[in-house]
Amino acid sequence: MYLYFMASVIDQRQEHIEDEFAKMGDWMEKYEYIISLGKELDALDPADKVDDNLIKGCQSRVWLNAKQGINGEVIFTADSDAIITKGLAALMIRVLSNAPASDIASAKLFFLDRIGLNTHLSPTRSNGLQSMVKQMKLYGLVFMAKG
Amino acid sequence: MTSSLFDVQAIRAQFPILSREVNGKPLAYFDSAASAHKPQSVIDTQSRYLAETHSNIHRGVHALAQEATEAYEASREKVRAHIGAESTREILFVGGTTDGINLVAQTWGRTNLGSGDCIVLTRMEHHSNIVPWQMLALEMGFDIHVVELNEDGTLDAEMFDAHLARKPKLVAFTHVSNALGTVNDAKYWTERSHAAGATVLVDGAQSVPHLQVDVKDLDVDFYMFSGHKTYGPTGIGVLYGKEALLDAMPPYRGGGEMIGSVSFENGTTYNELPYKFEAGTPHISGGITLGSAIDWMNAVGVAAITAHEHELTQHAHAQLGDIEGLRFYGTAPCKAGVVSFLVDGIHPYDLGTLLDQLGIAVRTGHHCTEPLMDKLGIPGTVRASFGAYNTLDEIDRLAEGVARASSMLR
Repeated sequence: MYLYFMASVIDQRQEHIEDEFAKMGDWMEKYEYIISLGKELDALDPADKVDDNLIKGCQSRVWLNAKQGINGEVIFTADSDAIITKGLAALMIRVLSNAPASDIASAKLFFLDRIGLNTHLSPTRSNGLQSMVKQMKLYGLVFMAKG
Repeated sequence: MTSSLFDVQAIRAQFPILSREVNGKPLAYFDSAASAHKPQSVIDTQSRYLAETHSNIHRGVHALAQEATEAYEASREKVRAHIGAESTREILFVGGTTDGINLVAQTWGRTNLGSGDCIVLTRMEHHSNIVPWQMLALEMGFDIHVVELNEDGTLDAEMFDAHLARKPKLVAFTHVSNALGTVNDAKYWTERSHAAGATVLVDGAQSVPHLQVDVKDLDVDFYMFSGHKTYGPTGIGVLYGKEALLDAMPPYRGGGEMIGSVSFENGTTYNELPYKFEAGTPHISGGITLGSAIDWMNAVGVAAITAHEHELTQHAHAQLGDIEGLRFYGTAPCKAGVVSFLVDGIHPYDLGTLLDQLGIAVRTGHHCTEPLMDKLGIPGTVRASFGAYNTLDEIDRLAEGVARASSMLR
């Protein structure tokens, strides 16, 4: 009998993003893609774009909303006043949204590092993204507790 | 053109960091208002001090203590001469501009400001010239009145005078705005503030790197600047204060060099100026190296630096001004070293991020002037700030970069 290690859906999504970026040429192509993701990200419901959902970075602001789907999965929506931050938030959503709460809470995010954009997650950037990731994982824990 | 008198390539050659690459491109550094780079002579002074001279200063009988003390005190004299103070008793080494303002707030402020009093600040102040006063106002109960700005980023003179009519105890304003580049007429406002009976504090963090400052001519009561913005090290700065004021002020921190004698039985007495305010082992290497940075500025010539940076600022306004949708913040007739702007519909963080990819270092955000940005109704600006080592070509690169990044972001 073989024991298979099943990569979580979150890890699979990260690897997929990594493959996408590996095909890109220079930094411009990467940023153009991130910018397009930012532009395409569904607008946050105005009712959710409130101070309670605001993560205030020094450089840019991020709004993050979370709710639970019918099967218990966590659904994230987000917005930012800066388009690159918003594009990176879109990537975070692609990785973490629509996943089981426990997977979100224990997720290890490696894709930004591997696609060479980890500096955006550094606290010195102060763009709200690092706090956004913390907040997403916290939501994972909260929804886990709720069951 | 200043280029015939001012050999910017020869200046650049003295700054090792300027030859490095960032993101595969030659570095174009436009963040000197946050911190300036160091010429080789300054770097050498610091390493030579640590390698050959280091010892704790004052009171030592051995040779190294003597040499280190002499070098440290020689540096104090260089600072005195550089800003035109009467005596080295008026030159206190502090951690930086912020530290200097806090010292004045906690000593002069604590003894001179109370309930029913008011002070005057301006809309363009750096947080460092706001928060120490707010903290003290909470405790002591005085009011803070704020001078607002005109459209071009100059002080609203009428409002300034109206606030002076309230007979403030203190008027504290920046000489040069770090966010807008506005050069305030420090001499004029000092004179008017004195006439209204106020003590005057001027924040020189953004002026000493760019302009020849003469504290006696300005007649300011307190003036401070930071070493690291004047081509020197971090962690060291200068607080100038008129001797009579400093003499009357209580000490700030206790211990070390600030004591006269210490006794459990007979009470403790304090050292004379400037040591009364220099508790603990000071930043010896910083103080000595700051002297070397001042030597460097004087060797180049402060007037030549001012003229060169004026040309850079003019050129930046001309080149960036052609970019569609670009709006400048701070268009005062007299500016120093800073060009602040936004491009319509584009967040400063996005612009700064893409410029960084092009090897161009700018600062984005509120520049520690949140009250100013809130009043302007913007999240921040993109700020290009200049030093003696920037070139017209680099500014062309900046303008091309802003145009390219803007088209990507639109």
